[in-house]
Amino acid sequence: MKQTERMTQHPLTKYLRSERMPHIWCEGCGNGILLNSFLTALDELKVDLDKIVVVSGIGCIGRAAGYVNVDSFHTTHGRAIAFATGVKLANPDLQVVVISGDGDLFAIGGNHFIHAARRNIDIKVICANNFNYGMTGGQYGPTTPLEAWTTTTPYGNIEHPFNLVHLAAASGAVYVARWTALHVRRLKDSIKKSLQKEGFSFIEVISPCPTIFDRYNKRGTAVDVMKWFKLISNVKHGHDPAKTEITKSQIMVGEFVDVERPSYGRLLRDMTKKVQEKLKEKKAK
Amino acid sequence: MRTEVRFAGFGGQGIIRSGLILSMATCIYSDKNAVQTQSYGPESRGGSCKSEVVIADEEIDFPKVDDPDIVMVMSQEAYYKYGVTAKKGGVVLVDPDMVTDRNDPREVKMFDVPATKIANEVGKTIVANVVMLGALTAITGIVTPEAVRKAILRNVPKGTEELNMTAFEKGYNYGTQLAGQRND
Amino acid sequence: MRSRAVLTGTHFLSGDLACAEGAIAAGCRFFGGYPITPATEIAERMSRRLVEVGGVYIQMEDEIGSLAAVIGASYTGKKAMTATSGPGFSLMQENIGLAVMTEAPLVIVNIMRGGPSTGQPTMPGQQDVMQAKWGSHGDYEIIALAPSSVQEMFDLTIDCFNLAESYRVPVMLLADEIIGHMSERVKIPAPEEITIVDRKKPKGPPNEYQPFKPDDDLVPPMGCFGEGYRFHATGLTHDEKGAPKTVSVEEQTKLVRRLCDKIRKNTHKIVRVQEVMLEDAEVAILAYGITSRAALSAVRKARKEGIKAGLLRLITIWPFPTELVAKMADHVTAIVVPEMNYGQIVREVERAAKTTPVSLLSKLGEEPHRPSEIITAMRKALQ
Repeated sequence: MKQTERMTQHPLTKYLRSERMPHIWCEGCGNGILLNSFLTALDELKVDLDKIVVVSGIGCIGRAAGYVNVDSFHTTHGRAIAFATGVKLANPDLQVVVISGDGDLFAIGGNHFIHAARRNIDIKVICANNFNYGMTGGQYGPTTPLEAWTTTTPYGNIEHPFNLVHLAAASGAVYVARWTALHVRRLKDSIKKSLQKEGFSFIEVISPCPTIFDRYNKRGTAVDVMKWFKLISNVKHGHDPAKTEITKSQIMVGEFVDVERPSYGRLLRDMTKKVQEKLKEKKAK
Repeated sequence: MRTEVRFAGFGGQGIIRSGLILSMATCIYSDKNAVQTQSYGPESRGGSCKSEVVIADEEIDFPKVDDPDIVMVMSQEAYYKYGVTAKKGGVVLVDPDMVTDRNDPREVKMFDVPATKIANEVGKTIVANVVMLGALTAITGIVTPEAVRKAILRNVPKGTEELNMTAFEKGYNYGTQLAGQRND
Repeated sequence: MRSRAVLTGTHFLSGDLACAEGAIAAGCRFFGGYPITPATEIAERMSRRLVEVGGVYIQMEDEIGSLAAVIGASYTGKKAMTATSGPGFSLMQENIGLAVMTEAPLVIVNIMRGGPSTGQPTMPGQQDVMQAKWGSHGDYEIIALAPSSVQEMFDLTIDCFNLAESYRVPVMLLADEIIGHMSERVKIPAPEEITIVDRKKPKGPPNEYQPFKPDDDLVPPMGCFGEGYRFHATGLTHDEKGAPKTVSVEEQTKLVRRLCDKIRKNTHKIVRVQEVMLEDAEVAILAYGITSRAALSAVRKARKEGIKAGLLRLITIWPFPTELVAKMADHVTAIVVPEMNYGQIVREVERAAKTTPVSLLSKLGEEPHRPSEIITAMRKALQ
């Protein structure tokens, strides 16, 4: 490869549908960092790109599925996990990753999230949490902090937000982690870990939204927000997920859950084997 | 020839099962056509329940009972609703212990079969429907007892075969006696 | 476990169970659903049978998730289905649109009960026949079949899978509570006597695959996840490569028209009806599902009474056989449409019949039309 070619070719190009570029995301948005970490994880793990499916719902980050150069599906709003459940169970050889946002996964899609976690469906969920519905212009959502200003909380938000990692852990996820868009290397490592682990895993990525939410709430530029993440994030692996609520002064980050529990797919395959053996015995008699 | 049979009682009495046994006996273990339909409410126990069977030599078009030849009544509510629906000259079987307030129509042949009482003697109230089915088989002759016996074995839970067969025989004998006493 | 897949022989089954057996025989290996009266028995049977044949049964958290999971399974190449009734069917509408847009072959069974809302869960209805066609937003076409016997619950379920695979479209089996819960004798043929259609596969190299590029029949061959095609599908308006085209007039027009035309232009191949004594009929009944059995009885009885009656039974409800109905309307003086709703398919009949008078015989609740009621309606129509 010539020097100039190497300079113009991004090392992750082969993972992207470059004809779809430029992407729709704003400058300073955390979605690009999230996607980059995911693709780097695939690269480092040398994942078979013919055997991975990326599913997303609706929202800014929902477009991620269209950008990655693997089998991908952009579902209706909130239904990414339910769709992914069908894919994974119908073809267990596929690695199935859901990349979506806080509104998609936890408001309209909340029911699918808790039940997929409870069943321990072997899918990996990566959530970009930007605390609002950015794509539709900044309405409040299930993670919007109390008192925050959005276009539908003109007097300040009076709803209590979800603590996503607590919800994921309580619902039964076997791997739960939270990072901010600043923690690129740790995020990538978490994604790698979850891809190698059987069962339902959940990674929350706290993401800046400089054009909408951060501007409305006077958090400054994307760089200011990143500096703020650095200032208030506190790495505490293994911390009780119930005590990781995001506050104005602290974002607890780290790996909070890493446990073993048989996945739905495994239990289904074991049951099927037993039932079919019994049928064979019956037939032999 | 088309014969229409209606079973009526409350949920939990095996009303729907009775219809299934009779229709299976006719269309699987005899060479007639049969179709069974049902109507029930939201309750699994209690609540009114109806099961209908249409039996015919020819292909059955309309599968519901329109003008019943045979009606089997196992509850007071069912009696009020369906006790008088049998066509002229039709057969009505009533469990007299379950139906106390009566005003029997004259133009039908009424048969009192104390199915619940007999079932209790056999060992379990739950087989009252099978007692009734035995009596119905004997009185109407629409299907052979052998076909019904086969259908019962296919329709009852494992371990209850003997109980159900006894119930059927008791009902069949009771029905044979009743039919013999009548001369109309 | 192939031998367990088709239970060849004569059985005494309810419509719901026959439907489940038809699905297994058709090759269905994925069921995603949510229990609902009067379709629950389909889920129950599938939960037992799918494990026997190495398939997947999953009871989802609701009907929205059920259909989403079914679309996902379909995209891996599995034949997949769900079964529901009115309230669940309403919840499925958004993902029916997604299945149409992403051309996912799948089968949705709706055992219709009385609506609106929770309505009468254990009672029959034919109130969702318009919703089946128009329930999701946007312009689209689906295929819907209406069984009128337990045997047809088996046979038409297989047809539903074959049509879904042929046209890459969600296909609906619209039955009613009576047919679903009715028990009759069913003949299940030997596996080699059952026609099975599989979706067209792409022929070229994977890197040249365009997932939404149709053949001449307007249906694109379907690559599946994990087969190396690395393609993208979206509910957004998209081009033949699957790339979102959210502001292009041209792409919106092209895609929506093709999605509709692949069904509309093949209507003559898809549509099936049963004609009874229509040759010399003066009055025709148009009926489907349970109502058609009362209608058949009425026609036979009416003939004995000297009324020249005939029956057009719709086996395919959607696409609506407009041409066939128009042709029939030219030869009769009146058409009677008995429906277990307050007037739905009758509108399509009126549209097709043009000047021939069409009368609705509506029935709501527990009992279907009695043959005598239909005869009375025919006499009235002939006056």
